[in-house]
Amino acid sequence: MTRSNLVRAARALPLSGKVGLTLVSFWIVAALVGPFLAPYSPGAFVSEEVFAGASSRFWFGSDFLGRDVLSRLLVGARLTVGLSAIAVTLAAATGTGLALTAAVGPRWLDELLSRAMDTLISIPSKIFALVLVAAFGSSVVLLTIIVSITYVPGNFRIARSLAVGLTKLDYVEVARARGEGRPHIALVEMLPNMIRPLFADIGLRFVFIVLLLSGLSFLGLGLQPPDADLGSLVRENVSGLGEGALAILVPAVAIASLTVGVNLLIDAATQGKGK
Amino acid sequence: MSAATTPSIWRGAVRLIAQRIGLAFVTLLLVSAVIFTLSSLLPGDAAQEVLGRGASPEQVAALRHQMGLDRPAPVRYVEWLFGIATGNPGHSLVANEPVAEIISERLPNTLTLAALTTLVAVPCAFLIGIASAVAQGRKLDRLLNILTLSMVALPEFLVATIAVLILAVKLQWLPSITLVPKDPTFGQFVRAYAMPVIVLGVGVIAQLGRMIRAAIIAELGRPYVEMARLKGVKSMRMVFRHVLPNAIGPIVNAMALSLSYLFGGAIVVETIFSYPGLASLMVNAVTTRDMPLLQACAMIFCATYLLLVLIADTVAILANPRLRQR
Repeated sequence: MTRSNLVRAARALPLSGKVGLTLVSFWIVAALVGPFLAPYSPGAFVSEEVFAGASSRFWFGSDFLGRDVLSRLLVGARLTVGLSAIAVTLAAATGTGLALTAAVGPRWLDELLSRAMDTLISIPSKIFALVLVAAFGSSVVLLTIIVSITYVPGNFRIARSLAVGLTKLDYVEVARARGEGRPHIALVEMLPNMIRPLFADIGLRFVFIVLLLSGLSFLGLGLQPPDADLGSLVRENVSGLGEGALAILVPAVAIASLTVGVNLLIDAATQGKGK
Repeated sequence: MSAATTPSIWRGAVRLIAQRIGLAFVTLLLVSAVIFTLSSLLPGDAAQEVLGRGASPEQVAALRHQMGLDRPAPVRYVEWLFGIATGNPGHSLVANEPVAEIISERLPNTLTLAALTTLVAVPCAFLIGIASAVAQGRKLDRLLNILTLSMVALPEFLVATIAVLILAVKLQWLPSITLVPKDPTFGQFVRAYAMPVIVLGVGVIAQLGRMIRAAIIAELGRPYVEMARLKGVKSMRMVFRHVLPNAIGPIVNAMALSLSYLFGGAIVVETIFSYPGLASLMVNAVTTRDMPLLQACAMIFCATYLLLVLIADTVAILANPRLRQR
């Protein structure tokens, strides 16, 4: 898609879609350049007052140790957005890869994979993530892998049903009759035709992953200090809840604006196509 | 329908339902294998965990033997599975109590919270679903769409934070942690549960409302609805008399899915409000690496999920005459 096409597509979005697009773009930019814009070092104790309100020195006040909330937010946003993006890419690549293998592979392989994924899907995702964290621990790398594993079965199910639908189509039959190998049929013939519906699924799964990651951090089972994503920021400032501290509200609202933004954007984009 | 054909119709339904029950059991068995494998593949096992790093290899080996950890994994799996089936899922490593006792203390709390949330959320979700389906494409529908779309994406701790700030801190109507006194009066009961139920409800209402809307709209496109409309049936009567009975299958399915969302949501909600339920117990088990407790909690959540799906399938089969006859 060329750039002018993208601009036209963005203009055609309904208001809610534009709001979503703005929020999503904002967070992508924040994740990329945010840490460079942070006015203070995220670990520095810069305010004498803990849970200070908004001021010209500290836009979003100070946290439970007197650190600058804005700086910590900008650094935390990169972790939340970055890790979630990596995790969703891993999940989609694995899920779709397995789905294509199942669709073009032998019947027993399809049965085996589908059966295994059906089993995993009947473990509620947060419970599954908790078991995995208990088993493997929660370093940054492990956490990203755990969260992506949690969402592989869902992506597999969608991608497999798309792929199985395609295997019955004439052009795939023709490719097979032409003597193309299975990898060629899966990657060159089928995958390009699955991309669009898969994108909506990937977006939704990104939302789930952001919520799961920050939920785990909020429970103290996610990222471990000194690393702090947006969920950790909410957790560490929970003692400020009673006084309505900005330090707890701001990161929680930040997560919500990201996830709501993605949801609004996907909804607007897919509705336009459906009609 | 003559009396002679009735039993055979029901026999079809019974066979279908029996199949589903069998499938659910097989899935649960596979799930138990996954949970057991994952949680016993630990680097450093429970004996090491209990004794700490300072223990000599002989001490660890002795405790391993005493705990039965030195026997082959398949044997331990079968024993564990048998224990769970007979209501004895082992001994908590940290609390030093039978897991069954700890769980039986917490389980009623979780069930109460889930039941209350269901009681509040399901009618609200029906209201939203029906209202937006009837107003399909109009302003109310679009408004509700954006509202529920946003509600689905809110992290539970934001909803909880805002609820505490408004209801507990500013207005001081409700306590910010959930303490249920022994033998509470009705007023105490409502005050204690209001906040966690509201927070849990937000996600369930939004998700279920959206699915109910989709189920009703799918039915509204059918020819029989057009026929009824041509005959002059009013919107509301159409939904309640004609559409809802036909949409029971998908709606019950949606309910099973959103109710299973309650578990995930409960993990955060129970932690925030210091509510002594099963989900916060499981979080503690993860923190302390108390595997027998963790395995038992995970099995309860998975079994409940499968049970909900099974009930939904059964209702759908019984409600659908075509499925029944097959």
